[in-house]
Amino acid sequence: MGILQVQNVNKSFGGLKALNNVNLDIEEGSLHAIIGPNGAGKSTLLNCFVGRLRPDTGTVKFNGRSLLGLSPHEINQAGVARVFQTPEIFSDLTLLENVMIPALAVRDGAFRINTWRRVDKQPDVRDRAEAMLADVGLADKRNDHSGNLSRGDKRRLELAMCLVQRPKLVLLDEPTAGMSRADTNNTIDLLARMSEQHGVTKIIIEHDMHVVFSLADRITVFAQGHPIVEGTPEQIKGDPKVKEAYLGGAHV
Amino acid sequence: MDAILLQILNGLDKGGAYALIALGLTLVFGTLGVVNFAHGALFMLGAFCAVTFNQLIGLEKVTIDPTQTTPWGSPVEIRVPMIEEWLGPTGTFILDYSVPFSILAAIPVMIVIGLIMERGLIQFFYRRPHAEQILVTFGLAIVLQEIIKSFFGANPIPQNPPDTLRAAADIGALFGFEPGNIVYPYWRLVYFLFSAIVIGCVFAFLQLTTFGMVVRAGMADRETVGLFGIDIEKRFTVVFGLAAVVAGLAGVMYTPILPPDYHMGMDFLVLSFVVVVVGGMGSLPGAVAAGFMLGILQSFASMTEVKSIFPGIDQIIIYLVAVIILLVRPRGLMGRKGVMEG
Amino acid sequence: MTKIVRETAHGDAIRFSLFAVLILAMPVWLVPFGAAYPDLMQKFAIYGLFAIGFNILFGLTGYLSFGHAAFLGVGSYTAVWSFKLLGMNPLPAIALAILLAGAFAWVIGYVSLRRTGIYFAILTLAFAQMSYNLAYSVLTPITNGETGLRVLNSDPRVLDHMMGAGEVDGPLVTNLFGMEMSGLPGFYFCAVWLLIGMFISFRIFRSPFGLMLMAIKSNQNRMNYTGISTRPYALTAFVISGMYAGLAGALLCVTDPLAGAERMQWTASGEVVLMTILGGAGTLLGPMLGAGIIKYSENIFSAFNEQTLHNIFGFLPDGIEGAVVSVAGLFVGEGWHLTLGLLFMLIVIFLPGGLIEGGHRIQAAVARRGKGGGSGHQAQPQAAE
Repeated sequence: MGILQVQNVNKSFGGLKALNNVNLDIEEGSLHAIIGPNGAGKSTLLNCFVGRLRPDTGTVKFNGRSLLGLSPHEINQAGVARVFQTPEIFSDLTLLENVMIPALAVRDGAFRINTWRRVDKQPDVRDRAEAMLADVGLADKRNDHSGNLSRGDKRRLELAMCLVQRPKLVLLDEPTAGMSRADTNNTIDLLARMSEQHGVTKIIIEHDMHVVFSLADRITVFAQGHPIVEGTPEQIKGDPKVKEAYLGGAHV
Repeated sequence: MDAILLQILNGLDKGGAYALIALGLTLVFGTLGVVNFAHGALFMLGAFCAVTFNQLIGLEKVTIDPTQTTPWGSPVEIRVPMIEEWLGPTGTFILDYSVPFSILAAIPVMIVIGLIMERGLIQFFYRRPHAEQILVTFGLAIVLQEIIKSFFGANPIPQNPPDTLRAAADIGALFGFEPGNIVYPYWRLVYFLFSAIVIGCVFAFLQLTTFGMVVRAGMADRETVGLFGIDIEKRFTVVFGLAAVVAGLAGVMYTPILPPDYHMGMDFLVLSFVVVVVGGMGSLPGAVAAGFMLGILQSFASMTEVKSIFPGIDQIIIYLVAVIILLVRPRGLMGRKGVMEG
Repeated sequence: MTKIVRETAHGDAIRFSLFAVLILAMPVWLVPFGAAYPDLMQKFAIYGLFAIGFNILFGLTGYLSFGHAAFLGVGSYTAVWSFKLLGMNPLPAIALAILLAGAFAWVIGYVSLRRTGIYFAILTLAFAQMSYNLAYSVLTPITNGETGLRVLNSDPRVLDHMMGAGEVDGPLVTNLFGMEMSGLPGFYFCAVWLLIGMFISFRIFRSPFGLMLMAIKSNQNRMNYTGISTRPYALTAFVISGMYAGLAGALLCVTDPLAGAERMQWTASGEVVLMTILGGAGTLLGPMLGAGIIKYSENIFSAFNEQTLHNIFGFLPDGIEGAVVSVAGLFVGEGWHLTLGLLFMLIVIFLPGGLIEGGHRIQAAVARRGKGGGSGHQAQPQAAE
């Protein structure tokens, strides 16, 4: 039984069926890629996982617990972290503060009035954040303002913000979209290294085949709101249905 | 039954003013994306256009008639408004109808004020955060009202409707109720009709002209319209001018109902914001509907029967409705998804 | 909305001590400015508190409230009622005012914080107007309407009578265990509260709680996906700032036991916004600076009249003098609000980060020139984009 189980999920917007009877089972510790042409429902599915959207029918279970009806912060507290297409960071704050906030969220929970001790005098949180920044190679910039970072560095920072929470599941929405080749490769290296070190389950939505085939353990191909094939990268590469739905479609 | 009709009628003129101001606010917000806290000041400036116009045409020529003396022994002064001397009976007519005539003067003045405001200040705030837009226009509103105060003083300056419209109509009799129960001043009726016409004109302009089409498209999706290579900013300037004229005219015609003073703009602005919020930010029909609805609601709340049950309800009814609407239907009555969310 | 300029926590102790010395020594160093009289200094301290509290909401979370004058009013009315019922001791009045203003802020904040951005601003404005209108109409038995609420000799003042201090000749003045809270003692009483308020503000700014508030301003979406429930944080900030406003309102009545509804008008709410952005929203010392400058200018400008203007411009030739005086006359005395509005616009247009940021910019420019250019970023490492 996988860490995330999706059963019979349907979601429509008006008359448009964005998700059509989706079943998924994500194995713990794996890196699972979801690919498919534009409008296949990948992002909608992700939004159903994090509490931004609520499926019309079906269940989404994380570690056996239903995620339906929970708000985004509750889902995060349950151990699901999310990386956005454009990095979402606190661009008015320093890198260290950016990473300390999620670390504090783990230690103090969703809400705690903690006004008496200075934020830089909380060694447990601070050490953890600094170690995490070092891990993604941003240690020397920890007191810089994150708004000034390059896009690649912002992505690193966002990953650090997710991983510092030691989540059980990380959702990545096109983590290399709009990045230069060099930044993309850096991000791939980082993701690969993170997988080894932290052993977190990851679901990644990606357009870049290079990224998908160099990272994924398993791949699910979506078309028209429905998963059509699932398998290892090798199986997917050779599957004729994928060529038709995805690669074929892309050439038309 | 007739009491209800009376209250609806009573609410119409105030509702008309709310609707006109809210319409301009919504236009400016929907197209330019600017929250204009100085919009109420435009209403107030319109009202003072009427005051100024009235004072100008009221200028009198004083002649001394040496043949007559007052009881105190000094020669009698004869005061004749100059306009009467020049134009004869036409002049008298203009004097009598000074409020409607000041519309002619107010339109160019309001256009100029609107353009100066948009080109001189607002255009620099298109891309600044809403909070800064609020603050700078808030400052502007204070400046405008203080300038008016220093020229016209702090006291309200009553204006008269034309003599023929000064009376009240027995509306009740028209609808077959007992005569004398529903008596309604003509001018309020005029104001309602006037606001309905102006609103109609604005909607016709937006629906029927290409210019209006572009503006509506801009309200729906600014980015896309910009991509078509249409110089949207130039049109926005015109939209701002239009909103200024609408607010100004609302002010001109309101002077016989409420003697204008320097802070009337802010009083109406706060309420008009509430109207916009209730109607749904960015929705023109919403603004108009909510304007009339809240105007009527307010007049119902002012009934002694209602006040005896809920004392003070007339003071807060509009705010109360706004709070409830925002909590139950955050987008307002006719608001679109995605406008000013988050 | 504005760029955050933040000093590092390093050096806070020195910063606070300096602040304390400056405040307590105001009667000395304000003499050359002609501002060293108690009434004005009390105002500095009181409005400083108001702005410091407002800054905890607006400066840190970015939520722009246009209704904080309502809490000031609640504080004032509560204080006067405490004087009337309990006695002229300011301490219970202050405690009650803070509590009641906090409770009131909780209710308004709970509703208003369902929305963000301009909706929030309009909601708070609507609530404040509602309170103001009610204070003038239905609530007249509590607020005494237009006349304003004051303490009368016939009021119960239970504690005073218990202490045998019930019978007083002449006007009633608040007193702290026998020390009358007017003049210089009144100022020092306010100053102590200002220091307490400032100290708490320092604590909040440097705490994890404060960091969360800044993060809400920076990126609320990320906060939700970081497992943090933002609304209780914003609500707490709202209530804290409401309590500061209540305290300020109570202190206004400690120094002059009269509460009027005009204190709750939206212009008063606008004024505290101006104080905060003038000094620098989101900075520790900015709001106090802004409050001081506004209240000082108000005092100077509104004291001017035609005669003083003629004296000032007397050196000019007669014709020009007349013109200058009549123009300048618009901005002084009754026209002070015009100056205030202009100041408001100028600050938002040219210096939305406030004076503290302006100071940092100048500092950075000087440092750059000193080091031969190119090091602006190091000179200003904490300035956000």
